Order: sequence, then structure tokens, then C-alpha cells
Amino acid sequence: MEKVLMKGNEALAEGALTAGCIAFFGYPITPSSEIAEYMARKFPLLGGTFVQAESELAAINMVYGGASTGARVMTASSGPGISLKSEGISFISEAELPCLIVNISRGGPGLGGIQPAQSDYWQATRGGGHGDFHIMVLAPSSVQEMMDFAMDAFDLADKYRIPVMIMAEGTLGQMMEPVIPRAKVTHFIDKPWAVNGCKGRAPNVVNTLHLSPEFLEHRNHVLGEKYSLIKANEQKAAAFLTEDADLVVVAFGLMSRIVKKAIMEVRKKGHKVGLIRPITLWPFPEEEIRNAAQSAKMFLAVEISMGQMIDDVRLAVNGKVPVEFYGRIGMIPSPEEIAGQIIMLAEREGF
Amino acid sequence: MDSEKQVLFAGFGGQGVLSMGKFLTYAAMGAGKNVSWLPSYGAEMRGGTANCLVTIADDEISSPLTEHPGMAIILNRPSLDRFEDKIKPNGTLVINTSLVDRPIVRDDLTVFEIPVNQIADDMGNSHAANMILLGACLQKTNIVPTEKALQHFEVIFKGKKQSIIKRNKEAFLVGVEYAKENW
Amino acid sequence: MKIVARRPQSLTSAKTHYCPGCTHGIIHRLVAECIDEMNMRENTIGICPVGCSVLAYDYFNFDMLEAAHGRAPAIATGIKRILPDRCVLTYQGDGDLASIGMAEIVHASARGENISVVFVNNTIYGMTGGQMAPTTLLGQVTTTSPYGRKKEEAGYPIRMAELLATNEGSAYISRVAVNNPANVIKAKKSIKKALQTQMKGLGFSLVEVLSTCPTNWGLGPIDAFKWLEENMIPYYPLGEFKIKEA
Repeated sequence: MEKVLMKGNEALAEGALTAGCIAFFGYPITPSSEIAEYMARKFPLLGGTFVQAESELAAINMVYGGASTGARVMTASSGPGISLKSEGISFISEAELPCLIVNISRGGPGLGGIQPAQSDYWQATRGGGHGDFHIMVLAPSSVQEMMDFAMDAFDLADKYRIPVMIMAEGTLGQMMEPVIPRAKVTHFIDKPWAVNGCKGRAPNVVNTLHLSPEFLEHRNHVLGEKYSLIKANEQKAAAFLTEDADLVVVAFGLMSRIVKKAIMEVRKKGHKVGLIRPITLWPFPEEEIRNAAQSAKMFLAVEISMGQMIDDVRLAVNGKVPVEFYGRIGMIPSPEEIAGQIIMLAEREGF
Repeated sequence: MDSEKQVLFAGFGGQGVLSMGKFLTYAAMGAGKNVSWLPSYGAEMRGGTANCLVTIADDEISSPLTEHPGMAIILNRPSLDRFEDKIKPNGTLVINTSLVDRPIVRDDLTVFEIPVNQIADDMGNSHAANMILLGACLQKTNIVPTEKALQHFEVIFKGKKQSIIKRNKEAFLVGVEYAKENW
Repeated sequence: MKIVARRPQSLTSAKTHYCPGCTHGIIHRLVAECIDEMNMRENTIGICPVGCSVLAYDYFNFDMLEAAHGRAPAIATGIKRILPDRCVLTYQGDGDLASIGMAEIVHASARGENISVVFVNNTIYGMTGGQMAPTTLLGQVTTTSPYGRKKEEAGYPIRMAELLATNEGSAYISRVAVNNPANVIKAKKSIKKALQTQMKGLGFSLVEVLSTCPTNWGLGPIDAFKWLEENMIPYYPLGEFKIKEA
């Protein structure tokens, strides 16, 4: 198919529509509002549902309702709105309802700024709410991936009965890049657990309250086993020039593109540097990092934050080699700036 | 990093700044380049200024962002005030002298001046200012060959009336001529 | 030389970022003049919303707080309960007050919190680029009601002044407009009455100010005033809906 120029937010929305999403519930917030606006334009024409909720808190509960019917539904917001959704995300996770939650991320904390950032990493990967749970988190790095990951997200959500978050920096939502549209999804799995009227079957119950301590423990183990299965099967990362690398940089999303260019420049100067780009932030690609730690002498986490993903890099490296950090927040580093940092490290360590 | 060209368009909201950037992006995509277009957004838009950054490259684009574009196309005075210092050393500056009423401070930039609003009024088409400016820029810099850009008018202006496409093409060519004669 | 007009003390000299034709400028001035005339500048604490007036803490020359979207009445409650002799006022837009902040405003009014609320209603979300508001009129085109607001999809616009007037805790509720000089004068009188209600300890006060958003309505400032008069006032009638005397 021919390439089309699309805005990241709209490509994501289009990907969701292609994957059979039939409802969007959300509230405007910079830099994600275009997703809501796209759905507001398209759903009346396609026969789906667009609701501008009174708040992000109401929106996630609308998602809870919509997802419980077995439909593919989604919401989109940014940091402050995702914080409001925490309670809902915890509920949806325990109830094991599939859905897509999008965070077009901006700087925080508080009202923060509207420039892109990666400082919602902990919020996304450490569950994002109260209790023992996880959601899957995907990090696109291009407008094409905004579209493709929206489709993957719904498949993963349905397969594992888990909320899936797409976390993309504000820039990715706002920028336009050429995109190849994808074919419409026509086949969907059965959802016998859905609440949609108990005609011909015993009633289904969707609930998260478990007063019996034994049953609560059991429920947590059920969820825990699911998360182990996902960890075993769904870790995803892209590696670039890591085979012979002394220094491995770890960066995701927009940052990974900037780092990739920096690495190409640094390689010209003779240093052996590589990049691991996590695509799934949860489950974090520990295997890829562990393998690289067999031969690498150092890791460098580069983030648009004060350092959050670095925790997971350190856990995966498990003390084998040192893990350093470079990051900016508010400002986005240039390829030159990153290259400079890498060269400084490489020269200091003799790579 | 070297093959990447980054062009900033800046003016006031309503001057068609974002559309100008989109036009260049579409034209470059049609010419087979990797492209990205990034607008100023959100609360930044309040108060009436607008800007967008276009990145054009042969290879994969590293970052659609920069604080220091190699080239800036400035449509009004507040935009010059805001962005003159940000342009890369020895970069290029194209100024709409109809709405910029002060001299440039930096001495390392290559500067091209054009009174687009004046020319547009003389043409009897005050909305043509942007296309005149684009024609002149592309003629001078060849970021996208002007013939390629002309080929893509139909695609870029898809859905618009033929008369509008014709008027924009005319304006574009006026800009091309201006650059040939004056720059 | 005799001074016949000046910037109110309660406004800073900062240049505002508002769009040409925005009525926030007028409303900021009215609030500031009232505070000045009541000699309350140093006794006032203001809370600004998330919306175009998110930067109002740069424009008002008294203690100011920024609130999370919709939470200003709750924050105001926290302040007024601890410092009951201060003038505590919130300045909120239609998304802030009537959408995400609906619970907070209804309960602040129900509790009869002695705070004053300036509610700027321009039927649209300005800062985020023109989305629908709870006060968007039926048929009105916004970026999230691109074919015009339909009651089947998005329900009806909310009349906040009337709604809050039903609470016993509300002591002064009014609706004004700033689309012409006569209305601007009436608006100022009403804002002052709200502040006086607070300082007399009578309960919750709110002035809903019908305002324009030329940029997102796609109209020039004068046409925007006309649109307000022809479309908003019929649905949102001007007047005082609740007055509690001492």
C-alpha cells in the first residue's frame, strides 16, 4: 500500500480502528487530544461510539464497562490523566479485562510541561495503581509503530485478558511521518466471560472484591502466573550493533532514535558501541540485556527523565558490569550531545 | 546526521505557517525522501504564534526535534526575535521583509529577503504569500527540486478546486522567479 | 496631572498571553478592581485553573495557587477553613468547573463554603484547542463535536448557575455577560456582590460570566460578542438566581 503522511496520534487512532476498536472514552489533554478528535470524527461515520467523558477518572470507568462487554475499547490521556486513572487500572487489571490505554507522555510531576518526557516509566511499569498487578506496556518510536502497536496492543490484551498501555512521548503524537496503512482485522477471539446478558448461559460476574483471605491469595497467584507467562513469551527489544559492543546503550521510544544516530557517529570514531531498544517496557526485555551483559563491559541508560528505566537495566544486568545514566528532562538531547557523552565514557573506560 | 536538513517555519497563527511546512513535507516525501513534520502545540499556540519544524533526510531520521535548525523561514517580527539566535552557526535565514522591520543582528548567517505580502498584493492574491515564499526557498536551496514540488501540487491540494491549485502554482512560480532574479 | 484611569493594584504589569479579543482580560480587570475597591489585595488568596487562565498567577497581584484540573473548590476549602478571615476566590473555566470539577463545585456549594467562584463560560475548551465543553450548545461545532453537538451522543449543555442555586449552601449565585459595556458594568457589580457575600460569611458565592473564545469559535472579536448575545444568552439567561441576605 502507498505511504500516507499521518500525525502520530492519528496513526495510533487509525490503527485502533483497523484493529476493530468500537469505542473511545476520553478527556482532552495536551498532547493527546488529537486521538479523541480523530475518533470524534470517525466513529459517527463508522458506527462506533465516541464519548468525551467528564474526566479521565470517568473515562477509565467507561472503559471498564465497555471492556466487560467483550468489545475492543480504548482511552487516551497524558501523565496527569493517567494518574487519575490509577484506581480504574487496578480494577481493570484484577477483573482481567482487555483494553487499550494510551499515554502520550509529557513532563511532570504536577501539571509539568507539555514537552515530551519519559518520566511516567515507573507509573506504567510498576502496575500504575494499588495492589499486586502489571499491565503490558509498549513503547513505539515512529509514527508507523504508533499505528502497528495499537493493533498489537488489542491482540495482546485479548490474548492475555490484560490492559495494554502504549506509552509514546508527546513528540511522537504530534509529528507527521509517512505511514503504510494496514489491513482491517476481521477475526476476534471469543470472550465467554463477558457480561452482555446471560441468555442461554449461567450469569457472569465481573468483580474485584474478595473478602476471603484465602481466595484473595489465590487470585493474586492466578494473576502472578499470567504475568510469568507473559514475561516468558512477550519480551521484545531491538538490538543495534550489540554483537561486539563494549558499551551498550539502553534507550526506548523517541530517545532510541536519537541514540541510534549518536552511535553511528561514535562507531565512525572506532569505539564499539551498541544499542538495545526495549519495545515492551513491561515485560522488560531482561533476556536481551542479560545476554548482552555476557560480553559488554558497561551499560548506559539514556532517558528523558531523572532515571527510571535504569532500575530495570540494573536488575537485568544483576551486578555483572557497571550501569551508568545520562538523561535530560524538559529538554531533549541532540544526537551530538549523546555522542559526546558516549565518547567521554568510552575514553574514560578505554573502550 | 549530515544528510538531514531541518527547516523551521515561524509566523503568527493564521499565516499558514503549519501548512507551509506540510507542503514542503509532502513534496519531499513525493521526491522519495524520509520526512517528518513537527508543529508547536498546546498552550504554546495561545497568543497567536505558530511554528513547525520540517526534517528531510536520505536516511532514517534520528530526531524530528531540534533547538537549532539549520534554516529558518521567518514570516513576522516576533518570530525573528524569538528564533534568530537559535539558528545553527552559519545557517540560512529567509525573511519576509513585509512584516519584519528590523535588521538581522547575527553576521554569520546567509540571509535571503523577500517582501512576500507586497508581492502577493501586487499579484492581486493576498493569500498567495506562503506559496511565493515556498517557491523562492525551494528554487534557492533545492531541498526539493522545484519540478518535483510542482508535480505534487495535485496530491498536496487534493480535493481543492482546480482554480485554487492553479492560483497556488502561479504564486509558487512567482517565488521561483523572484529567487532566480534576486538571490 | 490627575489620574483618571489606571491598572488596578491587584493586577501585575505582566503582558498576558491571551488571544486577541479574549474576554479573560476584561474579567481579570473586573475581579482586580473589586478587590482593590474592597481594600482586600493583601487579604486575598486566588486559585487558578487548568485552562487558558492557567497562568493567571502571573497576572493577579496577590497570593495565588495553581490547582489540578477541576480541584480549585477543594483547594479553596482547605485554605478558607484554616484562614477564615481571608478572601478566597477561584477562577475557573467551563471544563475545569463543569466537567472534571463537577463533584468539587457541587459539594463546595452544598457545604456552603465561604468562597467566591468566578466561572468563565465560553462554551468551549480554549487552551487544548477547541474541544466540546459541558456548556457547548446543541449544534455547536467543536473538534470533538465535529458535526455539531447532538443530544443523542453528548446530551444537553449544563446550566451551572441554576444547578448550584438549588443548594441551600449557596448564598449568592448569578449569571452575567461581558459582551457589551452595559453588561460589563453589571458583571462587575455582581462580582463585588459575590465577594461581599463571602466577607459577610453568608456562604458560597458564584458568578457565571458568559464569555467569548474568538480563536476557537472561528470568529472575529466583534462577531464573537454577537454570537454570545444571539446564542448563549437565550440558553443561559442573565440574572441573580440565589441571594441570601444577612
